[in-house]
Amino acid sequence: MEHYANLMVKSIFLENMALAFFLGMCSFLACSKKVDTALGLGVAVVFVQVLTVPLNNVILHYLLAEGALAWVHPALAKVDLGFLAFILFISTIAAATQVVEMAVDRFAPKLYATLGVFLPLIAVNCVILAGSLFMQERDYTFTESVVYGVGSGLGWAIAIAAMAGVREKMRYSDVPAGLKGLGITFVIAGLMSVAFMMFSGIQV
Amino acid sequence: MSATTAVFGKHERTALVAPIIANNPIGVQVLGICSALAVTTRLDKALVMGIGVTIVTACANIAVSTVRNWIPNSIRIIVQLAIIASLVIMVDQVLKAYLFELSLELSVFVGLIITNCIVMGRAEGYAMQYPPWSSFLDGVGNGLGYSLVLLLVALARELIGAGKIFGYVVLPVASDGGWYVPNGLMLLAPSGLFIIALLVWLLRTWKPELQEKD
Repeated sequence: MEHYANLMVKSIFLENMALAFFLGMCSFLACSKKVDTALGLGVAVVFVQVLTVPLNNVILHYLLAEGALAWVHPALAKVDLGFLAFILFISTIAAATQVVEMAVDRFAPKLYATLGVFLPLIAVNCVILAGSLFMQERDYTFTESVVYGVGSGLGWAIAIAAMAGVREKMRYSDVPAGLKGLGITFVIAGLMSVAFMMFSGIQV
Repeated sequence: MSATTAVFGKHERTALVAPIIANNPIGVQVLGICSALAVTTRLDKALVMGIGVTIVTACANIAVSTVRNWIPNSIRIIVQLAIIASLVIMVDQVLKAYLFELSLELSVFVGLIITNCIVMGRAEGYAMQYPPWSSFLDGVGNGLGYSLVLLLVALARELIGAGKIFGYVVLPVASDGGWYVPNGLMLLAPSGLFIIALLVWLLRTWKPELQEKD
């Protein structure tokens, strides 16, 4: 249990997707003008992340990894399809996003209206693909991948919500003309990233 | 000479040159920042990443542009993703074969070229409308613009953070008996954001028409 709690804390704070690895920066910068949209996108990312990381974990362990096909036929025990990981992961993500979109539309139309255009865009969000790739690189088990999916998604959601909060207040500040918009947002993200470094070394 | 101008006319030249500075993908279009910053702690990593992205963007643009009239509109994103993912797999395999140690350090960031907004953005925004040759030039131009920013950031980080350029000692570091005390912050994640902010600031002071209104 302790191991999973540790992994959770690590993926939310220490290895925050947005502020430690700069992942999902495009939507992090584009959709953080208002807290409402930022929160909506954050929730959607957590949603898709929780779905795709474990799904890709299963695909990796039963289809792609070396010897993973042994359950189909013993003769296939030596096949290593690892090089196909990228294309399969991205297809899973695109499909999962589509399914999530349809499900949300059917069962929670209110949430669907809030998330709007962001749901389909998640398919090309680096956070999601990075979650699956880190899972592959670090050899997570199925349970670990569930925990990691929740943690990394939550971490990104917290970061974008905090960013949107700061940017809403920025409206009242006098920023140099050349820094307005993009420039100052980078500086804020940098400062937040420094702040998040304070978490390093935390062990549960 | 008229044949050369037809192949390399004004339109093609704009496609190649504009994205390098005036329409820079990172500084102006705000694309592809995602996987860019984490690889800029050292120049060699940034260089390999820049070359990889340039190749993938150029080839993806050719491929998408060639089949653009046969792609049904509703599934174009998936088609583009499949093309890009196949190209990235090739880049990844080549890196693993010839530059194994570097590919370990780049870790997931090679794979993340797939979701790099530059590649998707150019395929969707340019290659879907223009013929292969100018799409290719547009891809090369955007890749170069991206590499330029990457190399500038990496140069600043490696020089100030470790006193080196491409691994060669330029400023002898104090801990090795030299005089330069390196700034450790430059090797940590946040400095990449600060340097990009400075670059954006410089670019927008130089070209005020790019500044954002409130």
